[in-house]
Amino acid sequence: MAYDYEKSIRPGKLPHIWCPGCGHGIVMKGLIRAMDTCELDRKNTAIVSGIGCASRLPGYLDACTLHTAHGRAAAFATGVKMAKPEMNVICCGGDGDGTAIGGNHFIHACRRNIDMTYVLMNNYIYGMTGGQFSPCTPTGDLASTTPYGNPDPIFDISKLAIGAGATFVARTTAAHPREIDKLIVKGIQHKGMAIIEVIDDCPTTYGRRNKFRSVIDMMKRLKTEAVPVKAAAKMTAEQLEGKFLTGVLFEDTEKPEYTAQYAEVIKKAQGA
Amino acid sequence: MAKKVALLQGNEACALGAVYAGAKFFGGYPITPSTEVAEVLSIELPKVGGKFIQMEDEIAAMASVIGASLTGSKSITATSGPGVSLKQELIGYACIAEVPCVIINVMRGGPSTGMPTGPGQSDVMQAMWGTHGDHAAIALVPDSCQEIFTETVRAFNLAEKYRMPVQVLFDEIVGHMRERIEFPEPGELEVIDREAPSVSPADYKPYDSTKGQVPPLADFGSEYKYHVTGLNKADDGFPTTKASLVDAEERRQIDKVMDNIADIESNEEYMTEDAEIVIWAYGSTSRSARYAVNELRKEGIKAGLFRPITLWPFPAKRTAELATQAKAIVVAEMNLGQMVLEVERVAKGNCVVVHEGRVDGDPINPGQIMDKVKEVL
Repeated sequence: MAYDYEKSIRPGKLPHIWCPGCGHGIVMKGLIRAMDTCELDRKNTAIVSGIGCASRLPGYLDACTLHTAHGRAAAFATGVKMAKPEMNVICCGGDGDGTAIGGNHFIHACRRNIDMTYVLMNNYIYGMTGGQFSPCTPTGDLASTTPYGNPDPIFDISKLAIGAGATFVARTTAAHPREIDKLIVKGIQHKGMAIIEVIDDCPTTYGRRNKFRSVIDMMKRLKTEAVPVKAAAKMTAEQLEGKFLTGVLFEDTEKPEYTAQYAEVIKKAQGA
Repeated sequence: MAKKVALLQGNEACALGAVYAGAKFFGGYPITPSTEVAEVLSIELPKVGGKFIQMEDEIAAMASVIGASLTGSKSITATSGPGVSLKQELIGYACIAEVPCVIINVMRGGPSTGMPTGPGQSDVMQAMWGTHGDHAAIALVPDSCQEIFTETVRAFNLAEKYRMPVQVLFDEIVGHMRERIEFPEPGELEVIDREAPSVSPADYKPYDSTKGQVPPLADFGSEYKYHVTGLNKADDGFPTTKASLVDAEERRQIDKVMDNIADIESNEEYMTEDAEIVIWAYGSTSRSARYAVNELRKEGIKAGLFRPITLWPFPAKRTAELATQAKAIVVAEMNLGQMVLEVERVAKGNCVVVHEGRVDGDPINPGQIMDKVKEVL
């Protein structure tokens, strides 16, 4: 039986703005399945985003949705979660939004280990503004602002999140749709900051500039480059050249969660 | 029963005023000369079950305040000029998304890092225009520690009533000055809470203004699910580029303030009934101006003081009336000419308007104002 996505999508809000072949829709369906699996009460769930193609996702979903300013999703979401810790808080957005203009908020939300799930769609590019390079555009690749090839080194978002103190970090790709919801479920169930990086594709502004003749070619690349953590353990450094790891990359259940820590502050202030 | 009194700094009075008003969330970032507001709220808010968070930067502080406010918490941040510069984009967000919040700006010298420990009044135009796009602004300028307390309460009331950001600006002198404060009893000052929606969740539209210029705002995490965006939006909260809807919403958001100036306005006048010279001053400068009025009167000069407590929306009506009554208006402010531009605009040439400013980190003293008055005469 076909999965019923309709009940999670706001009436009249489709079609979405994403281009044919864009992976964001695959991620959105994964998020819906994950929220259903976790039986999240949508009235008690805030979905917060910044600016960009990926950040338009919350508007389609029936929940408390907050489409903020460029880069600021984690900071707005921190305010929501602090003020009402009983709410489920989910962030979503792209690589430029989350790690360039929003990089400071991203790392500090990770450091605090505040209980939220951040689904970061990394498609290597600023799509909405027409294909400028992001902190995740591979070095040497072409973007509208790197006409001679990208001179910048990249961020490894998952490593950044682990280094900054997030306590659940996982990665998958838009070519692995079943793994998307499984990892988001784990992220939602995790008490603390969960980063789910989904390597995504932008055929319109990244693919066509970088010799991907079709969306299928882009999906094939995601499948070729993705190596599950378990499989990688049996591979040599040489074999892992040009690949990235997928699955649960890091998990720490010991580090205190931020709103729980602040509940202790309240107890102390009230003389308990 | 005798009222509870204390010797308090302006910044401390601000923090306690916020608690009186029912503030439950502070998101901030340390900056001189406003930091005591944060320090006191870090002590006081958890005592009442509220939340204090020191964010990673000024922008994040503003973002957290908007996020918290959407859950129904009365929310506040405190900063100084450089911080307001960083918050500007999100002040605009709070305007268009219509999210109540209070922003304290303890003014120092500028531009840029300027004089962090010196007083200034050079953010007054920023309070009106400091974000891109057309919008309305409410800004209050108390001149004493007691008034900082009451105006902070009023700032929350106006923010919740008009569903928008409200700024309270006081200069470093008032922020760091210590004065005797009488604490109002609970219930003595009006405290306005946010209006809850009366329609069912299915019928709720966060920007439906058919029943009034300020639509009720539902709390995130209640029975109501809705969408908030910084894009131009229709009454249902979803983005639109339809010209008629964009135009109507933009105008409503300005009209909700400009149509209610009588409710928002607050001024004090001192010896203006027969004044031939009106000193137009606010914040700590108005204290020097009041002294100058007394001294000038002793010398037989008919001087008076007009002191805006609500700076924005601009007190145009009363300023224009005074311009037809007086020979001259002397605008004294710790900047090189900001509010004087508004005074000139509404005076329409009916009287002489001159400016007395100072930006060297010293306050404007009474003698300086008296000299200017005599120069004009």
